[in-house]
Amino acid sequence: MMPPEDPAQERWPEEQRPQWPGQPEPDQWLDEHAGPMVRPYVMTGGRIEPTRGKFDLITLVVAAGPEPDGQLGLGPEHVAIMRLCRTVMSVAELTGYLDLPVATVRVLLGDLLDKSLITMQEPEPEADMHDIRLYQAVIDGLRAL
Amino acid sequence: MASGHSDRGPRGRRLPTAVKIVIAGGFGVGKTTMVGTVSETAPLRTEEILTDEGVGVDDLSGVERKKTTTVAMDFGRITMRDEYVLYLFGTPGQERFWFMWDEVSLGALGAVVLADTRRLSDCFPSVDYFERRGTPFVVAVNCFEGAQQFDLAEIQMALNLGPSVPVMLCDARSLESCKKILIDLVLHAMKFRGLLPQPQQA
Repeated sequence: MMPPEDPAQERWPEEQRPQWPGQPEPDQWLDEHAGPMVRPYVMTGGRIEPTRGKFDLITLVVAAGPEPDGQLGLGPEHVAIMRLCRTVMSVAELTGYLDLPVATVRVLLGDLLDKSLITMQEPEPEADMHDIRLYQAVIDGLRAL
Repeated sequence: MASGHSDRGPRGRRLPTAVKIVIAGGFGVGKTTMVGTVSETAPLRTEEILTDEGVGVDDLSGVERKKTTTVAMDFGRITMRDEYVLYLFGTPGQERFWFMWDEVSLGALGAVVLADTRRLSDCFPSVDYFERRGTPFVVAVNCFEGAQQFDLAEIQMALNLGPSVPVMLCDARSLESCKKILIDLVLHAMKFRGLLPQPQQA
């Protein structure tokens, strides 16, 4: 049984509103601040592994063509990735801009790769890091900052 | 798409290759500051959700106890000529998320271990990690205001580092300072991998 409502406690005067430690400002829970409406696993249909590709954090991805309209099987997150991938972007950047966990973005990228909607460039494997041009390019790039 | 090349862009242009450098060190030592100082955009954050899956444990009993933890890493980007893009990743503050360290260190050009002389021991786990992993690294002592200036040789000794590991002072807020640290790291990585026939420094 609910306790009787006490109107005095219903509404705190603005200046007396209690603040517990770590409590966010009330207006931080509006709209997107309240968290995603859809759980990450729902976006991937419950899948945790991409159908294709490993997708390292620094694998570079770019859209292979114009944004597909109304293509079957594409969710809003797929379309959002396609939009971001008009310029070359790493998997890490996609997760940052979309505010989605890495595992979720990997699954979505696997779908796009499956439909040949993106192309990608994997990073150099560690064993192949003996290309002197790579080091020279990085040093030159840093000097130019 | 008729093109079967996985490394060609929409206009047949070859996609750049990404390389990464890891910025490690204890909590609050200035990793994100350093990433932000050199990055061409504001630092971004990538998150991994960990599920405590309890391998080998009865599934039914696991359901209500299953916990998720979010591990976040801040990172930045520097676009370079010659088809390279450099990413700088700050490691998660808590050393217990080693799997994220493994993921981000795999294929890294090298690592910067940031140290704070007031809490020097905070960088021990990072130093141990990269030594064990065989990742070339440098130690950069972030000079916080009010922090005592230490003798670099003393720090080298305190960290029990071999003479080949460069130790230097830096200011994570200064672009020039961060540039110098990163360039020295790349030179060290070249030496480490046998790409510099003669050592550049005596």
